[in-house]
Amino acid sequence: MEKILVVQPEKCTGCRTCELVCSFVHTGEFNPLRSRITVFNFEKVGLATPIVCQQCSVAACMEVCPVGAITRDEETGAMLVSHDRCLRCKMCTIACPFGATIYDPVSDIISKCDLCGGDPQCVQYCPSGAITYQDPIKANLAKRKNYAEKLRVVYEEVV
Amino acid sequence: MFAWMGQILRIDLSSGKVSKERLDMAMLRDYIGARGLGSKIFADEVAPNVDPLAPENKVIFMTGPLTGTLATSGGRYNVITKGPLNGTIAASNSGGTFGPELKFAGYDGIIIEGKSEKPVYLWVNDEQVEIRSAEEVWGKNVIDTTDMLKAATDEEAKVACIGPAGENLVKFAGIMNEYNRAAGRSGVGAVLGSKKLKAVVVRGTGGIKVARPDLFMETVTDARNKLRNHPVTGQGLAAYGTNILVNILNAHGGLPVNNFSEAAIFADAEKISGEYQAEKYLVRNKGCFGCTIGCGRVSRISKGKFKGSGEGPEYEATWAFGSNLGINNFEAISKANYLCNELGMDPITMGGTLSCAVEMYQKNIIPYTDVEVPLAWADGDMLVEMVKKTAYREGFGNELAEGSYRLAEKYGHPELSMTAKKQELPAYDPRGQQGIGLEYATSNRGGCHVRGYMTSPEILGIPEKVDPDTTEGKPGLLKIFQDLTALCDSSGICLFTTFAIGLPEIAQQIRTATGIDLSDEEFLLAGERIWNLERLFNLQAGFSKKDDTLPPRLLQEPMKDGPHKGRVLELDKMLPEYYKLRGWDDEGIPGEEKKSQLGLA
Repeated sequence: MEKILVVQPEKCTGCRTCELVCSFVHTGEFNPLRSRITVFNFEKVGLATPIVCQQCSVAACMEVCPVGAITRDEETGAMLVSHDRCLRCKMCTIACPFGATIYDPVSDIISKCDLCGGDPQCVQYCPSGAITYQDPIKANLAKRKNYAEKLRVVYEEVV
Repeated sequence: MFAWMGQILRIDLSSGKVSKERLDMAMLRDYIGARGLGSKIFADEVAPNVDPLAPENKVIFMTGPLTGTLATSGGRYNVITKGPLNGTIAASNSGGTFGPELKFAGYDGIIIEGKSEKPVYLWVNDEQVEIRSAEEVWGKNVIDTTDMLKAATDEEAKVACIGPAGENLVKFAGIMNEYNRAAGRSGVGAVLGSKKLKAVVVRGTGGIKVARPDLFMETVTDARNKLRNHPVTGQGLAAYGTNILVNILNAHGGLPVNNFSEAAIFADAEKISGEYQAEKYLVRNKGCFGCTIGCGRVSRISKGKFKGSGEGPEYEATWAFGSNLGINNFEAISKANYLCNELGMDPITMGGTLSCAVEMYQKNIIPYTDVEVPLAWADGDMLVEMVKKTAYREGFGNELAEGSYRLAEKYGHPELSMTAKKQELPAYDPRGQQGIGLEYATSNRGGCHVRGYMTSPEILGIPEKVDPDTTEGKPGLLKIFQDLTALCDSSGICLFTTFAIGLPEIAQQIRTATGIDLSDEEFLLAGERIWNLERLFNLQAGFSKKDDTLPPRLLQEPMKDGPHKGRVLELDKMLPEYYKLRGWDDEGIPGEEKKSQLGLA
């Protein structure tokens, strides 16, 4: 089954290790701006949120592409860009509601998360478990369990 | 060039001139980066007898080759200058993202010289560099300054700035980046204040390449796994932050109380512990750039008179405002710490100075007519009030702003200043740890725990447990710790990584990143070179063997109770051996042989 990237901002420490490893794997240098995942640190409230391509089922980037350069990988489900076919018109970067599809001027390509071919390196290196790669059907179980845990505590107090 | 950017900025505030210079490969190889490279450039360019607050003093911001890479906790930069608190060479180390951002902008560091007539800030936007007016932010605290300068430049820019304490030349003002990260000690912020430089704002869009990508990744991955699997870096620091040490040091009988005047056991330690903090006030863990540890504490006091939010307090601040002032109210301690961040001050020296003042007041050395409020132990309200007064030099705060040594000297009792080389001691009573006492006495910036953290072997048992009460073997162990720490600080990674990794991992990260093929021993020798360079600067600045000491209280007054009852610091037993192992003469002066071995002749 295809897995999905699951981001849990409540676990993110804002360290941006994911940006470092992503940019390095894809571009050969450490450069947060060339990373396909970006962490936004809201320093004053101590909240950090990684933003990355959600590999949408109805993908605006794919729909808007005039030459069909963006297609879904059958194995991983990642939306992949054919750099040969791509016109660099950048319509996909406008269409993506998350800003997760970018144009990288250094390598002159449309750059977006490719799930590292099924072994996302941001997941491998994330120190706090804020980014995981999971079966979609199980993805939110942890959240549900956290909530259930609160009920359990209340229940124990009452009984 | 790999890992290093190979370029630094030179800013002359007197003339307004901005220039760019290339870095010399031989110097990088010998001094690595950050603390080492910055100190080398500083010692080459600045006379050791310079007045720290004169235009002739310089301030150097410097990153290391591993800063901004995937290396273990590679988020660090150093600020090197001559410190106004005590006149030693100062290298204050900070994390966050400022250092990496400077490298992404294309620079390893910035040399600031001269003095501006009017308040200014520096705006480094990749290759464009401007000195801009800071009239609008002068007088503002760190939060407002950071917000306003981001709005004036780029919302994603990183801001390192001074608060009112730096502007008011408080002798222990720090430089704050990203609101809560601090190049905290020695008064580096006051040097910026004297130059009328409010802030350095940086935005960088470039990248960093390493020499041997595959080997570097392999090395980094292995080292990161070691950090993840180590009980201190993988669990303890993440769960309870640095305040995990409160209960540990208290159980050890080494948590100083009331200006080191009582047995080093605090009855209410539990109430100021990391466990208590995590349960009551922790919002979330925060990591500096590229860090696997995430020891930072985002915290909030949600109600009451000490309401506030920010980061910390860390262990040193908790102790300095807590047991060392007899205060058990974690909310008051937190508030004082938030204020230090907002006003830009070092909480260790702030707390140490205040506890010295309280002791003198209690002994009727400071007359009640000299202070606005009575100075009592265990008074959280007084603490918060005095922190504010100090930053603005109001009333008695004007005296506190000079640090404990000048304060105690003014009242005729310099022996009550718990300092080494006039810098306040941190949170480990050396009567319960002989090695840390030797570390304090020999540290090149005076009272400091992060120049050779002997607590690691003496209390935590890392890399292996040694008897804290013995003097035997301590000089040799300390020398290795000091040299390795100098190397670690110069590489751009965090000292906390050394709980889990050592010389082989640090050297291999530098080697594969830079392509410089030195052996582990040669890299460690760079650490020793840096240590001796700092020592030579201090000697030329007027320090000597007589300054390698601690207050008489710690050398003569036996510990009153606890596991180390009856003990004093036996410095005399260790110092001669330490000098000898360092290749220094009986007066602590590096010998010709040592100097030529290190290329310092």
